[in-house]
Amino acid sequence: MQRRRQAGYGTEYGTPYGTVAICLHWLIAALVLALIGTGFAMRRTEIDPALQFSLYQWHKSLGLTVLVLAALREIHWLVARHPEPVADLGPIERQASRTTHVVLAILCFLVPLSGWAVASTSTLAIPTLLFDVVLVPALPLERSAAGETFWSLVHAWSAYLLLALAALHAAAALHHHFIRRNAVLLRMLGRPAAGGSSGRARGGTRR
Amino acid sequence: MRYRTGPMVALAALLCIIPALLCPVPALARTPALSEAAGTYDISGASQIRFSVDQIGGGGIRGRFAKFSGAVRIDGRKIGASTVSFTIYPQSVSAAEERIENFLRSSAVFDAAAYPTVTFRSTAVRQTGADAVIVDGMLTARGITHREQFAVRLQKLGGGTIAFNVTGNVYRSRYRMDVGTPIYLNVVKFDMDIRAVRR
Ligand code: HEM
Ligand code: HEM
Repeated sequence: MQRRRQAGYGTEYGTPYGTVAICLHWLIAALVLALIGTGFAMRRTEIDPALQFSLYQWHKSLGLTVLVLAALREIHWLVARHPEPVADLGPIERQASRTTHVVLAILCFLVPLSGWAVASTSTLAIPTLLFDVVLVPALPLERSAAGETFWSLVHAWSAYLLLALAALHAAAALHHHFIRRNAVLLRMLGRPAAGGSSGRARGGTRR
Repeated sequence: MRYRTGPMVALAALLCIIPALLCPVPALARTPALSEAAGTYDISGASQIRFSVDQIGGGGIRGRFAKFSGAVRIDGRKIGASTVSFTIYPQSVSAAEERIENFLRSSAVFDAAAYPTVTFRSTAVRQTGADAVIVDGMLTARGITHREQFAVRLQKLGGGTIAFNVTGNVYRSRYRMDVGTPIYLNVVKFDMDIRAVRR
């Protein structure tokens, strides 16, 4: 019974995402968007300097949280079987989405790593105290103005590249949902496709 | 000849050193006593007004003020009646780099635009040694006044000038300057070499 349901779900909507993958996806997505928001805001000079200081500290703590979550996602990818693409997708779309997902996942790792490198090379040498509790050591890089400038550039560019790619990715998801009306977005929400019975979806996602 | 005078020279030298060893302070470098310094002095630009704030994991912020003024009046008969007044202009703060200086001047810390001075007025002076006193006084920063205490040690006296070393710890949270805690400690350590010239 369970098997037949799975098979049916797989062919019609692609195999479902597990709870771990879904939670990681949305948690990372929300944090990344918040980080780009704080990152952008704190770099503009016209903000209150005390607020700016705490934004930097929040940014570093939340950013390192993304680093850990992204590492978990990468491990999860290696351990758990990745769902098949939704049947509705053509070969080029499959390749495009696969590539986008891999690049997004890698950027979710590299962006915070380069941010950590900024904090580690900055001549200001401001300690990173994770959520005001845990002292995070600096990466073994030399502190210098040149190093700080370099990693700031890498961090900013990779972060805005991540934002651009995420926007494209989200637009694709919305296109599938509203125009193509397939299960792409719904299965990442852990919900059944439009018109699919809820019992079926539950069986799929709550494996 | 040399063999005969050698022991004599050594003995003479030893005889000279013994009294010095017995009471080293007055014999070698006599520390000036405060009572001899009676008078009114203006704090001179040669003074060094240093402060530091430690940060978690080692290191911290080190800075100094370039612009300040003040006066010291030492009562020769009653050291306890002596007074000190001191003004610092936080706009003149210097630190390892400009970003830190700008942050210190900003509304996050000194708010130098709104509060151009930090002032100290002594309220009590207590002698703790021939060359040492504890000074209590009211420190005003960002429009907030609190009682603070500094330890003062007389270092040099003569030629109309006087030199002190002044140390003291101030909790910056009292003056709403606690930005950055707990990464940067709440305690600001002052270490000042004051040079003052007799009026
Ligand atoms: C996914 C995680 C992260 C994202 C999306 C992100 C995003 C950003 C963005 C958009 C900026 C502004 C860049 C600019 O306009 O110049 C920024 C700046 C910065 N980020 Fe991140 N960040 C992340 C993680 C981190 C981490 C983990 C750290 C440090 C531990 C960090 C430290 C910094 C620093 C120090 C700056 C200021 C750079 C500068 O002064 O030039 N970031 N970040
Ligand atoms: C910074 C933000 C985002 C990042 C880094 C990101 C990253 C990813 C990654 C790596 C995957 C691959 C699946 C997996 O996790 O194993 C994925 C899948 C997915 N994402 Fe995002 N995502 C972001 C934002 C969004 C947004 C805003 C939406 C919706 C509007 C969205 C919708 C989806 C959907 C529907 C899938 C499943 C695609 C499929 O079934 O193959 N994502 N995302």
